[in-house]
Formats: sequence, structure tokens, C-alpha cells
Amino acid sequence: MTTAAPTLRRGTLPLLAVAAVAACALLVTVLLFALTPLAGVPGLVLVAATIFLAAQTALARRIEGSRRAKDRFVTALVSLAFLLALVPLFSVLGYTVQEGAARFDVEFFTRSLRSIGARDAGGGGYHAIIGTVEQVAITTLMSVPIGLLVAVYIVEYGRGRLAATIRFFVDVMTGIPSIVAGLFVLSFWILGLRQGFSGFAAGLALSVLMLPIIVRSSEEMLKLVPDSLREASFALGIPRWKTILRIVLPTALPGIVTGIMLAVARVTGETAPVLLTAFGAASINNSPFSGPQSSLPLMVFQQAGDAQETAVNRAWTAALTLILVVMVLNLLARLLTRRSRIGRQGSR
Amino acid sequence: MAKRIEAVDLDAYYGGFRAIEGVTLTIEPKSITALIGPSGCGKSTFLRTINRMHEVLPGARVTGQLLLDDEDVYGPGVDPVGVRRAIGMVFQRPNPFPTMSIYDNVVAGLRLNGVKKKGDLDDAAEQSLRSANLWNEVKDRLGKPGAGLSGGQQQRLCIARAVAVEPQVLLMDEPCSALDPISTLAIEDLMTELKDRYTIIIVTHNMQQAARVSDRTGFFTIDGPGTPGRLVEIDETPKIFSNPSEKRTEDYITGRFG
Repeated sequence: MTTAAPTLRRGTLPLLAVAAVAACALLVTVLLFALTPLAGVPGLVLVAATIFLAAQTALARRIEGSRRAKDRFVTALVSLAFLLALVPLFSVLGYTVQEGAARFDVEFFTRSLRSIGARDAGGGGYHAIIGTVEQVAITTLMSVPIGLLVAVYIVEYGRGRLAATIRFFVDVMTGIPSIVAGLFVLSFWILGLRQGFSGFAAGLALSVLMLPIIVRSSEEMLKLVPDSLREASFALGIPRWKTILRIVLPTALPGIVTGIMLAVARVTGETAPVLLTAFGAASINNSPFSGPQSSLPLMVFQQAGDAQETAVNRAWTAALTLILVVMVLNLLARLLTRRSRIGRQGSR
Repeated sequence: MAKRIEAVDLDAYYGGFRAIEGVTLTIEPKSITALIGPSGCGKSTFLRTINRMHEVLPGARVTGQLLLDDEDVYGPGVDPVGVRRAIGMVFQRPNPFPTMSIYDNVVAGLRLNGVKKKGDLDDAAEQSLRSANLWNEVKDRLGKPGAGLSGGQQQRLCIARAVAVEPQVLLMDEPCSALDPISTLAIEDLMTELKDRYTIIIVTHNMQQAARVSDRTGFFTIDGPGTPGRLVEIDETPKIFSNPSEKRTEDYITGRFG
């Protein structure tokens, strides 16, 4: 910092100093809030963070020079942004857990809403869980094979106009609002073909939503597989279809599974199409092929619409269950793909 | 098992662009032939026409004849998959299958072509890895991922994978350009050993390498951008490097090209 001979060494800000600056910033802010009319936790955090940023940057500039000061400033800014981004996630989770805990009991997971009015205590979401699981399973069973095949066609075989047309229509499908998908199945399948409300009809509507997501995400993942692997396989005299099945798909599998899970998570939370196609029911209907069924988001929608605490509590627990269902599915998928990968590597 | 290769007036196209023109040459079995020439002269394209890998790219096609022991590779009714089974290929960058173990990589060609017996696969894996000089380095970790090996080891793994299906011809497209000198030496030694059983054709930018390993050398060049590549001459390697018949060859190997 003085006029001494130039050296490669320069001062560094010890971690302790950074901690001290943070503590001081917090202290100053608390004092400020105590002495002035300023109030509120969000404001306090914001002011403390700003003071910390300014103080740390000023200190670092004096001791470490301007480049390091900028580095510290941006690092702190990015870290704060990260923490900020976590706030909605954890507040949604935390609030749902807090509100849903009231009815998170055995009865909720074993009973339906049959002959339970809005004001009645008790009742449960068993019928809705059954509905959600069956509808999403039907949707996945229909969409994943078709979607994967379409993606494989576009990436591996499609050339020229047909592939471009398919890609265009997939893009159009991606933009279909979910209620339109529900209306389509309602008018075509239920009213047109007179099939009646059912979980399967809901599966059809959800497939319309899920299919384009699967196609697009799988397509991107298949494109990421380097051509050199395909060429290596061709050069061994392995036919194209076997190359795709045994080399390309396994290589892209983790990404494809992630895409599928995102799609599953998305359709699991759909309400409008299910309302229009499965109609909703208060009692348990184990068959997705006949009669109205409920689902978790639909139950949340209907229960939260009643201005009774008993009903609203059930809605919160249903919402919590919905999050848990998606989470469990996600974990299962991860576990499955991980095991299959290790198995392949370990085989000798 | 090694077979003779004969190209007769071979042209290769990328869409409307003619990449190589009028290549006529003969490659004897159990020999190493090096193809040299400036970038873009079509030597790699020619190599890829031999096992019909050229046509994998959209719009690419080939005219002319390419004979493998008098059988035209481009004849009617010839299955490219069968051609590729008979003519193996090693690429510029090592490309082991990332989801597979070392063992699975080596036997991939056999297994995906229907060989199921574990005994056969085990034998083939050991034999191929031995002929690729890799057995001693990996025999204790055959179950580990192939992508975890070093670059030179990966390239030898790819060579083992290529020879595991017992091809008659082995094509190598700049197999050492991504490797250090020691790995390069290992692969050159390997080529000399494999020469007893295979017809080997190697594309290389390294003229010392061509001079070291090959029996015959072919020189490709282009007259200018946008013109097709041609085979200028092909001859015994010592002759090409000491007394070539063509002025252009001499200019290239002495560094006076361009």
C-alpha cells in the first residue's frame, strides 16, 4: 500500500474480519431499528445486508485492492441472491407443513370425504390419493412411451419436412392451456363418445399436457449424446436400432428421467383438466375406468373453497400430501436409474 | 483373415460438394498403409468410405467401386452393417461408451451382435485387451467405467473394442493426434503387432509417424478451396519420403507446401 518495492504479496482480509463486519452491520441495523420508526424483519434484513455489502467492499478495497473488493462484492451479492431464492421454496414448504400438520393423521390417509360436510371434523383424502396415483400412472404409461418414441424419431431418424412438422406441432402442444386440454377430452371423449367421467378420461387430458414436455426434454437429452458414440457403435457393425436402444438411450437416461419427473410433477398438480374429466367425488372409487374420481389438487380446490376451518385444514393436508407424493416419486425415479447404472458398470 | 482393398475411380460427395474425386488404389492385406496430406484434402473422407461410414451423414454419398477381396462394398444388396462388422474403425478422439465398464466396452460389439455366452465374451475380452497391450493395466478393474482411464488407455480400449469383433481390416483416423508421445509410441508398437493379422490403414498428420509405421504411404491433396481432394500418389513409404515421383508430394513432405 506504500511506496515499497513492488511485491507479489498483498494484504488479505481475514475471515474473522468479515465475520466482524457482518456482526457490526447487524448490530448497527438493530440499533437503527430500535431508535427510529423503521420496523419489520424484511426491512431489517435488507438494511443489514446493504450495510454489510458496503462496509465489506470498502474495507476490502483498502486492504486488498479494488479487484479483490469487486470480487468480494459480487460474491456476496450472488450468495445473497441465492439465499433470497431459497426463501420462497422454504416458506412454501414450511407453511404447508405447518398448516397441514393439523390433519396429518391416520384418519386422513384411511378415510374419504364420504358423507363429510364442510363443517364436519374428520374425513380424509384417501380417495383423492388413489385418484391422483391412478390418473398420474395412466398418464405416464401413455405419455412416456409415445413421447420417447417421438423424440427418438425426431433426433435419430427424422430428416426434412416430417420431422420439422412434428417438432412444430409439439411446440404448439406445449402452449396448450391445461383447461383447454380438459375441455378437449370433455367434448371429445366424454360428451362426444359418451364415455362418462372417469380417472382414465383425466389421464387422457393430462397426457395431452405431458406428452409435449416429455418429447421436448427427451429430444434435448438425446441431442446431447455425442455423435462420436453413435459412430463408434456403427463402426462395430451394430445396427442403428440397437445403437439407439443400447448406447444412446442409456447414455441419455439420467437426463430423460429428470425430464419425465418434471413432467410428472407438473401434471400431478393440475386441477382444471381433472375437474372437467374425472369430475371429482367424495367417496372412494378404486377403478379409474368407471365413474367420477377425485384427485389431490381437486380436493385442495374444493375443500379450500369452503370457508370452514375443518375443510380448510383438510385442504392444507391434501396439499402437503401432494408435495410428498411428488417428492416420493422423484426419489424413487432417482434411485431406480442410479441402481441400473451401477448394475451395468458392475457386470462382469 | 486380412483382406485386400481396392478402390476404383471412387468419388465421395457431401450433398452437392464433391469431397474426393477419382481415387484409385490397391491396399495389400497384412500391411500398414498411411494416408497423409493437408487438412481438408479428403483422406479422412476416403477412410470413411471404406467401411461405409461416410453415408451416415445426411446427404453424403459415394460413387465408384470399393472392392474388399473382389467383393464390391457398394454393390447391390450389400448391408452396410455387415461391411462395418468386417472393417473396424478407430477414431481420432477416444470414444469409449460412457455408461459401460471397461469389460462391457470391449465386448460391446460382440454382445450387441448376439454373442451371449459368458465364456466366449470373457475370452474375447482378455484376448482383445491383450492384443491392445492394455490387459496388464486394467485386468484388476474390468468392472470400472471405461471413461475413467487416461486418454492413451482409452484409445487402446477403443482399439481393443474394434479388434474384439475380429474385423478383416482396421481403419484408424488420426488415432494418436490427441495423445502424448508415450501413448503414441504404445499405439504405434501395437499397430506393428496387429499387422500380422489385419490390413491397417491409418490417416495421420504426423509424417514421422507415417514414416515409422507404414509400409506404403499415399499422399492426398487439393488444388484449392472448394475443389475435390485427389490421391496424388501412393508408393512404398521409403520411396515417398526419399524420392517421390511427384513434385507436389516432395513439396509437402519437405514442408514447402502452400
